[in-house]
Amino acid sequence: MNSARVEFRGLRRRFGSTVALDGLDLTVEPGELIALLGPSGCGKTTALRCLAGFEQPDEGEVLVDGADITRVPANRRDAGMVFQSYSLFPNLNARDNVSFGMRVRKAPAAKRHARAQELLELVGLPSVGDRYPHQLSGGQQQRVALARALALEPRVLLLDEPLSALDAKVRVTLREEIRRLQLSLGITTIFVTHDQEEALSMADRVAVLRDGRLEQVADPATLYDRPATAFVAEFVGAMNHLPGLVSGDGVTVLGQTLPVEGPSPDAAQADVLVRPEAVLVTPDAEGDGIVMVSSFRGSTARLRIRLGDGTEVLADVPGHDSARFAPGTAVRIGLVERPVLVSARSETGAAAAVPEPDVV
Amino acid sequence: MASLTPQVTPQVTTQAATGTAPARGGRPRQRGATAARSRVWRGVVLVLAAVYFLVPLIASFVFTVKVPDQGFSLDAYGQIFSAEGFGGSLLLSLGLGVATIVLVLLLTLPAAVAVRLGAPRLRPVLEVVCTLPLVVPPITFVAGISTVLRWGPDYLATTPLYQTIIAVQNPDFPVVLVLAYVVLALPFAYRSLDAGLGAIDVRTLSEAARNLGASWPHVLLRVIIPNMRSAMASASFLTLALVLGEFTIARLLSFETFPNWIYRISGSQAQVSVAVSVFSLLITWLLLLALSSAGARQRSGS
Repeated sequence: MNSARVEFRGLRRRFGSTVALDGLDLTVEPGELIALLGPSGCGKTTALRCLAGFEQPDEGEVLVDGADITRVPANRRDAGMVFQSYSLFPNLNARDNVSFGMRVRKAPAAKRHARAQELLELVGLPSVGDRYPHQLSGGQQQRVALARALALEPRVLLLDEPLSALDAKVRVTLREEIRRLQLSLGITTIFVTHDQEEALSMADRVAVLRDGRLEQVADPATLYDRPATAFVAEFVGAMNHLPGLVSGDGVTVLGQTLPVEGPSPDAAQADVLVRPEAVLVTPDAEGDGIVMVSSFRGSTARLRIRLGDGTEVLADVPGHDSARFAPGTAVRIGLVERPVLVSARSETGAAAAVPEPDVV
Repeated sequence: MASLTPQVTPQVTTQAATGTAPARGGRPRQRGATAARSRVWRGVVLVLAAVYFLVPLIASFVFTVKVPDQGFSLDAYGQIFSAEGFGGSLLLSLGLGVATIVLVLLLTLPAAVAVRLGAPRLRPVLEVVCTLPLVVPPITFVAGISTVLRWGPDYLATTPLYQTIIAVQNPDFPVVLVLAYVVLALPFAYRSLDAGLGAIDVRTLSEAARNLGASWPHVLLRVIIPNMRSAMASASFLTLALVLGEFTIARLLSFETFPNWIYRISGSQAQVSVAVSVFSLLITWLLLLALSSAGARQRSGS
């Protein structure tokens, strides 16, 4: 399967007074899985729909392998799509759903059925061919939908939050499988999601969108460790903004002096960006901090700690340690010795403890 | 339409009866007694409704089979088929029904789909337009139609317009009745189809089909219509029931449809006319059964 390069060039789209896309520029390399990540209303689905042909941009163009397809009708585009809601045709069984596209192209029945069976095996459902969508679970339906999208050997695969209707466990297995399949087929894939964990775990690169614009596009590790903007830092994972004092190449924060990663700001007063897992917490009766809230998440527990000067810090501790950090415990905190990101002082002040990202 | 009411109303009454149960079941201690009492009331309502609908039916039936001084006889039913005009008028009504169904579906289905996909904001408008015929009394409607049909100055006699007006009034198959019935059936057909469209995710399904290379006609024929079968069946049934029972318009335009034929022979052969009414009720029920079981098969298959 040869895969295509996809380019979005200066895409603009407005619906009434809301701007869904505001000059989106993005290039997706052949064979790459790119995740479009952002809060709802950031334009990620609109971008995907422009590529699928269900939406016309007001300005800009969509290119597949250099060819402008902006005005090509949806049924003549070479892109398979999996939808957020269950989209299997209720009147057809799984096999006929998968072979629908081949039927449109008038492929002979025997060939159609053989190919459908092959695809159902590919998505791990070799024996459901005769079942109707209402006899399948949500996860199975999305697998069949994936098989259907791949049936015509498209050069681009579009996934519009295909996992969001599924329960947590199925979601994780299916996303691993989609990734495995995508790697083995080498198909260019654009995956729209609002779930940062999904984006980070599956994608080669993650494009973070905000208000119809691209904030940052980078591989997951870079995105997490070196967010280009404060928005990315806060949207992807949680981030502490701690008051720091810059001097030369170092910054003093919470009594520790750490090297600055990247360019130092001009002002001496700055925000130091620290991930909760880079905050070290030890119980200490003499400590400056008090645990305010502890939320247990299984492998980790996230603590909200208030320091003597009123600063609030989020810190992650291993789940098995959570009993030692019950709310009200006095603690001492330190930071992992590694270069930190520094940004200009934000308006919100020092105690900008970030809201839980999962809620977004 | 008369044949429709006995079908619909028992449902309504049972709903009304069950509706009283939760209102009374407020205090758990009394629930047993309340349930028993609501059962009793349910029975009472059911019996009352049954009496209301069955008494006229039974009375009609008894009237047709009881010949004075002779006792029981099914002669009236035997005479139906030999009665002059029976076959012709029944076929005419069925033909009008089929033509109306085809036309009303051709009009409303694409409109309902297009509004759902392309202009959701126009949906209330379409709904109001399609409901209007319920508000306009048939007598007003037919007065308007007959005024238009009677208008035809001589100097237009050779024009296609005039000939069209003549052609639609062909008593063998009055197209003008089909047109009128399409308007009358709009509310029922539109409601059924709209409910059917609401039950499937038209947008996602058609986008999925488009994405797989289907053209718009293909989407409509292969994706939307197959999933609308039960809604289309119910729209068809309601339309057919309406056409088989419609009296006012056909009467005032002087076409001998089935109800008009019944009316005409009731003057000379009272017993036969009532027998025909009972008979036509049976036919309509059979059609309903056939259509609704077709719909049910479709539902269980999907």
